[in-house]
Amino acid sequence: MAIWNSHFECMTKDELEQLQLERLQATLNRVYRSVAFYRKLFDQMGLVPDEINSLDELSRIPFTGKTTLRAGYPYGMFAVPLREVVRLQCTSGTTGEPIGVGYTRNDLTHWTEVSARVLCAGGVTKNDVVQICFDYSLFGGGLGFHYGAELIGASVIPGSNLDPARQVVIARDYRTTALIATPGFAIRLAAVVREKGLGPADIHLKRGLFTGEPFSERTRKQIEDELNIKATDNYGLSEIAWPGVAGECEKKKGLHIFEDQFIPEIIDPRTKEVLPLGEEGELVLTTITKEAFPLIRYRTGDITALDVSPCGCGRTLIRMKKVAGRTDEMVTINGVSFFPSQIEHIFSQIWGVEPRSCLEIDRRGNQDIVNILVKVSEKIFFDEMKKLQDLKSKVEREIYQDLGISVKVKLVEPDSFARETKGKRVIDKRESS
Amino acid sequence: MLTIRNLRSYYGRMQALKGVSLHVKEGEIVALIGTNGAGKTTLLNSIVGLVSSITGQIIFLNADITHQSPREIIRMGVSLVPEGRQLFAPLTVMENLTLGAYQRYRRKEKSKIKSDLDTIFERFPVLKERQSQVAGTLSGGEQQMLAIGRALMSGPKFLLLDEPSMGLAPLIAGQIFQIISQLHRQGTTILLVEQNAAAAFKISNRTYVIETGRVVLQGASEELLHNREVKRAYLGREYKEVWE
Amino acid sequence: MSREIDPEYLDRENLEKLQLKRLKKVLDRVYHKVPFYREAFDARKVKPDNIKNLKDLERLPFTTREDLRAGYPYGFLASSLSRLVRLHTSTGTTGKPKAVLFTQKDIDQAARLITRSMRITGAGPEDVFQNMMSYGLFTGGLIFHYGAERLGLLVIPSGTGNTERQIELMHDFKTTIVHITPSYALYLAEVMERMGMDPRGDFNLRTAYLGAELYSEVTRDEIEEIFSLDAYDSYGLSEMNGPGVAFECKEKCGMHLWEDNFIMEIIDPETFEVRREDEEGELVLTTLNREAMPILRYRTGDLTHIYPDPCRCGRVHRRISRIKGRVDDMFILRGVNIFPSEVERILMNMPEVGRNYQIVLERHGGLDEMRVILEIKKRFFRGSLKDLKRLQNKIKARFKGELMVTPQVELVESATLPRTTGKAKRLIDKRKI
Repeated sequence: MAIWNSHFECMTKDELEQLQLERLQATLNRVYRSVAFYRKLFDQMGLVPDEINSLDELSRIPFTGKTTLRAGYPYGMFAVPLREVVRLQCTSGTTGEPIGVGYTRNDLTHWTEVSARVLCAGGVTKNDVVQICFDYSLFGGGLGFHYGAELIGASVIPGSNLDPARQVVIARDYRTTALIATPGFAIRLAAVVREKGLGPADIHLKRGLFTGEPFSERTRKQIEDELNIKATDNYGLSEIAWPGVAGECEKKKGLHIFEDQFIPEIIDPRTKEVLPLGEEGELVLTTITKEAFPLIRYRTGDITALDVSPCGCGRTLIRMKKVAGRTDEMVTINGVSFFPSQIEHIFSQIWGVEPRSCLEIDRRGNQDIVNILVKVSEKIFFDEMKKLQDLKSKVEREIYQDLGISVKVKLVEPDSFARETKGKRVIDKRESS
Repeated sequence: MLTIRNLRSYYGRMQALKGVSLHVKEGEIVALIGTNGAGKTTLLNSIVGLVSSITGQIIFLNADITHQSPREIIRMGVSLVPEGRQLFAPLTVMENLTLGAYQRYRRKEKSKIKSDLDTIFERFPVLKERQSQVAGTLSGGEQQMLAIGRALMSGPKFLLLDEPSMGLAPLIAGQIFQIISQLHRQGTTILLVEQNAAAAFKISNRTYVIETGRVVLQGASEELLHNREVKRAYLGREYKEVWE
Repeated sequence: MSREIDPEYLDRENLEKLQLKRLKKVLDRVYHKVPFYREAFDARKVKPDNIKNLKDLERLPFTTREDLRAGYPYGFLASSLSRLVRLHTSTGTTGKPKAVLFTQKDIDQAARLITRSMRITGAGPEDVFQNMMSYGLFTGGLIFHYGAERLGLLVIPSGTGNTERQIELMHDFKTTIVHITPSYALYLAEVMERMGMDPRGDFNLRTAYLGAELYSEVTRDEIEEIFSLDAYDSYGLSEMNGPGVAFECKEKCGMHLWEDNFIMEIIDPETFEVRREDEEGELVLTTLNREAMPILRYRTGDLTHIYPDPCRCGRVHRRISRIKGRVDDMFILRGVNIFPSEVERILMNMPEVGRNYQIVLERHGGLDEMRVILEIKKRFFRGSLKDLKRLQNKIKARFKGELMVTPQVELVESATLPRTTGKAKRLIDKRKI
């Protein structure tokens, strides 16, 4: 499969590090000069950008968080005058304070470049007809994918937020070959295809890129089977680039981060220490090509791990694992941290389905107790008790082995479940004192 | 070919470069732009060993030349066309040129030197015409050509040019840039320092922008052309704001 | 570079020469590549060579909306599939949408016309442009976006909806130009006031481009007054690339139609006779600069007239008046084109609905609403509220699915609606616009 820009995607380690150092230093000099927040930050630390002489020294600089960006709204964090900014994108979410992300013309060029890389890694070529089912306004990722697809030379159908039924009609009539959507939307599309009784003669989809939502291996397989396509993951965030931070190649062994534009680090979200390569923690990104909205050590809130082992595709870029969850979802039991999604994953592996579950956490003495309440239908509750008991033990064992915590799985019938959990995923009673 | 990391250069107590990192790959032509006093000349002089007080790392063809002598650096294949040309004014064109190859005479490369001289005369026919003329009496453009010719006589792998268009009429400057471009096309790796940013962007692959001893911007020359701050600071008003 | 500006200031003679030259190329192209046109030509025993001057255009066939629909999906394609880069569709009713195909050159040219249109109103790189039109398959969003971007100003691709957030951005980023429908503009003012903001004092708006809806001079004045800005009329239709067909200059006295890109004619909608300048009739357009889908003598259905006298601005491109109305009775509701005949089709397909119905269009709180008043057949009118509610919801859902608009549905007993003799007045448009 093709690599969009082998000059940058296949650099040697030395070349890449030199490039990163140069770009980082130029960025630090620029932000110190042009962004009040960063100047204050450096001054407070008694730091001067000149002192950052290697990539390791990046860790001497404090982090930037979402609160800072929100506080900077509208353009307190812009490093160029407003007249240099030619595009505004906004973090999604219609409530709470927005974050306005500005782009200069060069920023747009760089963004389009990494978007093209993501699409290319996912197999898109100029011969594809790409249907983009993302919101195209400044709150969504549609425009990013659109510009990237255009750069590749593909035909683009800006499906935007049209409903699945109409998207399918267009995909059928205009022979869409590549689909870009959230995993959930893809599944809805597949359902419509089924309902309309459409087959390979009608639907010409070959590949798809799915993002914007957690994308488990199970979901991927479901999409691949139902739509008969190759599905890849990709990662981005609107504060930096969405899409465009990382993309999965055909080897599907992680998402390649475009390190010539973003320097990744992994930190322990609680202690904020930089973790060694391979360990899981919060992804921190430093932009090194951004002109309007550069960010130094931005805490993304996404949990992942980095992998430098060689990838068979030829790219030398570091890879990140599929995002395991958000830091704000993380739960800590008896000193062990994990995500509800990890529990759900284990369930789906052993039970074959992901049941509705809720973590109920309490404290007795100085021990945390975890009960996993699982909703089971009335019928099963009475019919397959024995089978369920076995599965229950299996899950408890697996969770202990995998995550290092002892849990008790409690099967609860629907009404009680609704009553007790009130729709929450995690009920932490430890804080109620 | 050339990798620089965290270069700091001092003139006595004055710090002219404050942690500059850059690189030039083989076959590239990289430009360095900045206003007067930004540190461009200091950078070139640091590379060829003419600045005594420096820290950091300068690596040329995998060898650390940070604290090497100028003679050694030139021998390794770096050649500088200095700011203001600095020709030997009382000497003739021919004498200036042959002096440019003085290191190579010691290595007994006489015949190669002769063929290089012929190449230079082919490239700069006017120098051939005026080979017996005293250098100080040449026109500005001819002097610049001589300066470049002299630098080429050392058979360099890497050519550094410090403000080659300075003091030259636009038409002549244009010719000089064409020559530089040609040199590049024929395989010479070049680091070009210029105040004439427009020309620098046009002929170079990549550009670094230096301000008060620091790199503030770097990237593909074409892109920097679209950076409005750069345009405003270095290109003046003749550039149209509308991009078509 | 400056070649693009020339056509604006060409003298009449040279403009017409350019038109004829381009026309001949178009005719040749469509004759050889579009079966519909070859058949139409052959039926009239006309060949492209027979067209020797602009008046000969009258010998050529018209193209109607139905023709385009019948040609879906690729019937009118005049270039190879591999050169297509974009698909757009018109808003509106189901069944087969009107699809418009573009090559890269077509996209570039469409964008150029927008850039030109914006420039004649004085827009420049120092402006901040908020594009408040739907982004996606609708041309109003993306095509205008591309044109605006070429001017080098800040583009805020805000789309429609999220009005409060849009207002925040408009205030914080000091938007100077908006592209918006007149009805949305009025709604915007109401929301601003609701948020405690002053449309005149709290914002930097200087210019509004009003399009995609029929509206009156009075409404323009109202909008200019409310926001203290200059409002310019914009005309376009998706079949002709979208916006950018005709645009007002600073004189605000009719819209300059870009005759170097379109040949315009005014015809009598009943006899199809070509009318003189300054006589009102149906606007017919022939594309001169499109590769993928050139269209000859397209009956737009819009009623207007050409101003015979030159504009004070000096441009040679003639002006058309504000669109007075439609030849058919299509109306636009919140940006969606709706044909009463389609509404009738939906209703008559429901066995519960009687013969009589009325469509009432109103504006409530700044938003357009459609109210459908239906007589129900006696046998379905069982009288229980639950049944009626169910029926109402069924009708609403049917409308939503087919027309993309959810109406208010009022169910009345048979024989309650006024009967009229002759053509039943089904559509009552109470919106004062």
